Amino acid sequence: MAKSTSSISRGATALLSWVDDRLPVSKFWNATMTGYMAPKNFNFWYYLGSLALLVLVIQIFSGILLAMHYKPSAAEAFASVEYIMRDVEWGWLIRYMHTTGASFFFIVIYLHMFRSLLYGSHKAPRELLWVFGMFIYVALMAEAFLGYILPWGQMSYWGAQVIINLFGALPGIGEPLTQWIRGDYFISDATLNRFFALHVIAVPLALLGLILLHLVALRENGSNNPDGIDIKKNKDEDGNPKDGIPFHPYYTVKDIFGVGFFLILFSFVLFFWPEAGGLFLEHDNFIPADPLVTPEHIKPVWYFTPFYAILKAVPDKLLGVLTMGASVGVLFLLPWLDRSPVRSIRYKGLWYKILLALFTIAFIRLGLLGMAEGTPAQTWEMRVWTLVYFMFFVLLFFISPKAKTKPEPERVTH
Amino acid sequence: MNKFATYVLFAVLLLPAASVSVSAAGGGALEHSGVNVNDTASLQRGAKWYANYCLSCHSISYMRYNRLADDLDLSEDMVMQNLVFSNAKFGETMDIAMDPEQAKKWFGKTPPDLSLIGRSRGADWLYAYLRGFYQDETGGWNNTHLPNASMPHVLWRLQGIQTPMYRQETDEAGYTHEVIDHFVVTTPGTQSAEEYDETARDIAAFLTYAGEPAQLKRKGIGVWVVIFLAFFTFIAYLLKAEYWRDVH
Repeated sequence: MAKSTSSISRGATALLSWVDDRLPVSKFWNATMTGYMAPKNFNFWYYLGSLALLVLVIQIFSGILLAMHYKPSAAEAFASVEYIMRDVEWGWLIRYMHTTGASFFFIVIYLHMFRSLLYGSHKAPRELLWVFGMFIYVALMAEAFLGYILPWGQMSYWGAQVIINLFGALPGIGEPLTQWIRGDYFISDATLNRFFALHVIAVPLALLGLILLHLVALRENGSNNPDGIDIKKNKDEDGNPKDGIPFHPYYTVKDIFGVGFFLILFSFVLFFWPEAGGLFLEHDNFIPADPLVTPEHIKPVWYFTPFYAILKAVPDKLLGVLTMGASVGVLFLLPWLDRSPVRSIRYKGLWYKILLALFTIAFIRLGLLGMAEGTPAQTWEMRVWTLVYFMFFVLLFFISPKAKTKPEPERVTH
Repeated sequence: MNKFATYVLFAVLLLPAASVSVSAAGGGALEHSGVNVNDTASLQRGAKWYANYCLSCHSISYMRYNRLADDLDLSEDMVMQNLVFSNAKFGETMDIAMDPEQAKKWFGKTPPDLSLIGRSRGADWLYAYLRGFYQDETGGWNNTHLPNASMPHVLWRLQGIQTPMYRQETDEAGYTHEVIDHFVVTTPGTQSAEEYDETARDIAAFLTYAGEPAQLKRKGIGVWVVIFLAFFTFIAYLLKAEYWRDVH
């Protein structure tokens, strides 16, 4: 027995070396996994990157299966989704994987971005890493918006109507631009068809490319850590960082645990609460799209509502659109707005804790207000929180270079 | 200590974000319907009421009779004899025989398909709607939960006829409105009030089921998935702990 096992393993080694001479498989594995030294003090926030990749895989897998049964035509789209829900074997599971996955994608990405605000992962030398991440986020928003029209329910139709009309606010080019996007004078079969093409091919391709860039940039400088200090400053005699451990096996096994925990939460929603009380699957979207009947209360899905609230907070349409654009755009500049000499919230000082807490409240509160019906009192509240949202960046820019920081430790702490 | 202070600070500052005031569309809280889609007998009764009173106008065009039989523990014969009054076959969907043009003439529009009404409106609304029909001053039908809808009260022989008693109410702006205070049954039906509530609940349950037939199996499967994942996560945790023993 022992002899045959060793001959199998010898065979495998021979095969690997044959491949390695032609394709750098081992070299790549060593460089990115076993030879890649990651800080040993990662906490909860460092699970989210691998979880974002997991959700991406879930979305691609379930999306391919959905596309096998879905019909991208105004006449058949709604019925084909119900056909998936009722007549396709396990169709409901595939669809709920995709709808739950969409919302979890944003939960994971928002937390992943928040991690950067906590520990300054966007600061030099990781500015491009952050910028690629922001492009991923914008592509993800486009992907979600395009996908939301596909079930062809009332919210699909009227939500798309509202968002596409935003482009109409641009002076001069607005009207022709909206027509170009729709491919028609109103949202129609042509719009649905092109949105399907963009949703299943164009944007996912862009996403994959951007994620590759994001990961290459990450491996170039290595991960930041909760202390925000550079582990490469302290190396042992072999030239390895003293506070570093090989990504594989340490973080691969740790991430598998994270995946298990995440999938439990994911399954709870998928199997027991797929509509999430109308947040993940909106009630009005179970009514087929009807261009003649406007729903009482049009609102985007929850992950867009903070920005929707910022749009509604501004009385002028064009200014509102520009302010909303700026609220996403300003995030791209974060690496250059944060001028603090230290990265982590642990050593930035109390001022940053207060600023970040206020910013977090503003974002959550705007999200809640964006779902509400919009009473005058709510509109005023939106204005206040919009101001707080932007003031975070302004104050960060002015306070960060001057504020007194706490001393950073020599070695990472837990 | 410092870490603790940070958590307290965040918690205090996040408090105002937790309180939400998103009022439900349509206004007014709905009475809890008590619908239970796992009560097969209730779904069977609901299906029967639906086939007898609703299906002549309202299709459930995504619901197949054979699926219904499977999910509701009914035989093919029982379904074909008690629920199918058209010439539909067992594997076909619950469509109506009415010509859409004819329907438009009678009701002003084709009565809507109710395949997904359970998901767009919810069980509580359906329950309230079925109990909300009344005869107004003109002698015509109206409904508290869908005012001025063109649907007549097809279940009136069961519930009887109720007429509203009004009271005056002053709103925030100081205007006075007449609002319905309660109903008085002027012509009794064949069912008592409790029996009719049961009927409304059964129909609401059936429509809730019809909105998503998969929900009957979904939760049962989910339990096993979560148990498996909990086991998987536990093993993964042990593996992680084993690998990380030498990291300090």
